[in-house]
Amino acid sequence: MSTNKRKMVEATEIVKIYGSFKALDRVSFDVFDGEKVVIIGPSGSGKSTLLRSINRLEVIDRGRILVDGIDINDQKTDITKIREEVGMVFQSFNLFPHKTVLENLTLAQVVVRKRSRQEAEERAMALLERVGLAEKAKAYPGKLSGGQQQRVAIARSLAMDPKMLLFDEPTSALDPEMIGEVLDVMKGVAREGMTMAVVTHEMGFAREVADRVIFMDAGRIVEEGTPEHFFTAPTHDRAKLFLSQIL
Amino acid sequence: MTNEAKKQIIDVGDGAAIPRKSDLGLFTAWRIAFFGAIGGLGYLAYSKPDPYFNILKFVPDGILVTFQVTLGAICLAIVLGLITGLGRISKNRIFNGLASLYVEIIRGIPLLVQIFYIYYALGRVVKVPAILSAIIAMAVCYGAYMGEVVRAGIESIAKGQTEAALSLGMNGRQTMLHVILPQAVKVILPPVGNEFIALLKDSSLVSIIAVADLLRRGREFASESFTYFETYTVIALVYLIITLFFSKIIGVLEERVSVNK
Repeated sequence: MSTNKRKMVEATEIVKIYGSFKALDRVSFDVFDGEKVVIIGPSGSGKSTLLRSINRLEVIDRGRILVDGIDINDQKTDITKIREEVGMVFQSFNLFPHKTVLENLTLAQVVVRKRSRQEAEERAMALLERVGLAEKAKAYPGKLSGGQQQRVAIARSLAMDPKMLLFDEPTSALDPEMIGEVLDVMKGVAREGMTMAVVTHEMGFAREVADRVIFMDAGRIVEEGTPEHFFTAPTHDRAKLFLSQIL
Repeated sequence: MTNEAKKQIIDVGDGAAIPRKSDLGLFTAWRIAFFGAIGGLGYLAYSKPDPYFNILKFVPDGILVTFQVTLGAICLAIVLGLITGLGRISKNRIFNGLASLYVEIIRGIPLLVQIFYIYYALGRVVKVPAILSAIIAMAVCYGAYMGEVVRAGIESIAKGQTEAALSLGMNGRQTMLHVILPQAVKVILPPVGNEFIALLKDSSLVSIIAVADLLRRGREFASESFTYFETYTVIALVYLIITLFFSKIIGVLEERVSVNK
């Protein structure tokens, strides 16, 4: 475990309410530098909301979230500075359809990171090489398969050289035969030491990559531990039931 | 599950029907109307040069003015529409409130009244040529409708696009400029084409404030020669030809854009 390391994310007692529905009910959790946390749970359990509150795509109603030591919901915090350092990969890829694959990777580098076009393109090509899509650089996202689009989306996030990556069900919209290629890229990213928080239903990935597994139900964290602990000896009934259904 | 945008159709205004791709074949309504109008005009001018040919010689100056008013107003209206559309979706209360107020007021006043009003209101402050005042009046009116088109176009872009841009550290302005607007333009273009044609037709209203547009030239000719029926026949046919011509061009442009996707 990496308990002696710096905390990348420190969430304390966070609450998120939609109307009368409590999506997050006093959730506290940390992600340490370099740690890979996998968040699982039934749909509607609040795992995506939790992930999205880390880069403030969802604004929490109560509690506090520190990212790299900065309170992201503080009035004085420039949230764009946080988001530069915390990349996100979406279930529906969300590539920019009017830009080529290469432009998808260079846009934020140039606009946000203020890199020169040449520098941005070199970085982009290196990353496309790494996800095995260098030959698609000039293609538009619409011409790519779902798996390829998601690999581009991961490369796009990496191009910003973030300190942390959030994955929101990155393989849930994919045809089964394309899940493997995306998981392989994610495993590669994990091996290189990236701090990752991953919401997924891929239990094999959780077992192999996670330092820690968080199980959520009804807006709360009900079980938390190493993959061995979680998959072999879960203590909570809800977690046992979930595992028996999904495995 | 690709993020291909759904084909959005926004219909505001009363532009002439832009020919659809499905309208193939030799005898489409467009072809019958367009070539019928040209043929009819040619036949009249040839068979009865007096007064038809004389009318045709007299009105081209007016066509030019109609184009000036239409082009000037559409350009200004697009700028106004962009500002208004952004205002309508803005979280800034004042900006949003002003934009909404503008749209509500303009939509509630007939264009003809607006033209009169702006002409005489401007006249009290500065002396501007009638044509400029006409362009401003048309632009102010169409800017409000254009604002709604822009707003609908922006709102048609999937929320995930904004989220992806924000997640990369872009601010709201960068997101709008680099991600949302370039995509919205493709959605906005067809209804803007419709607005253009509607504006072209409505520009005939400016003839009442001493702007020598196509209709005004016709009125001048008619009142001197007392050939009211003949003159307005020619005027109607010329408007029809121009409108059909532009609707075809816009239809082609639209197809180009959707192919480029």
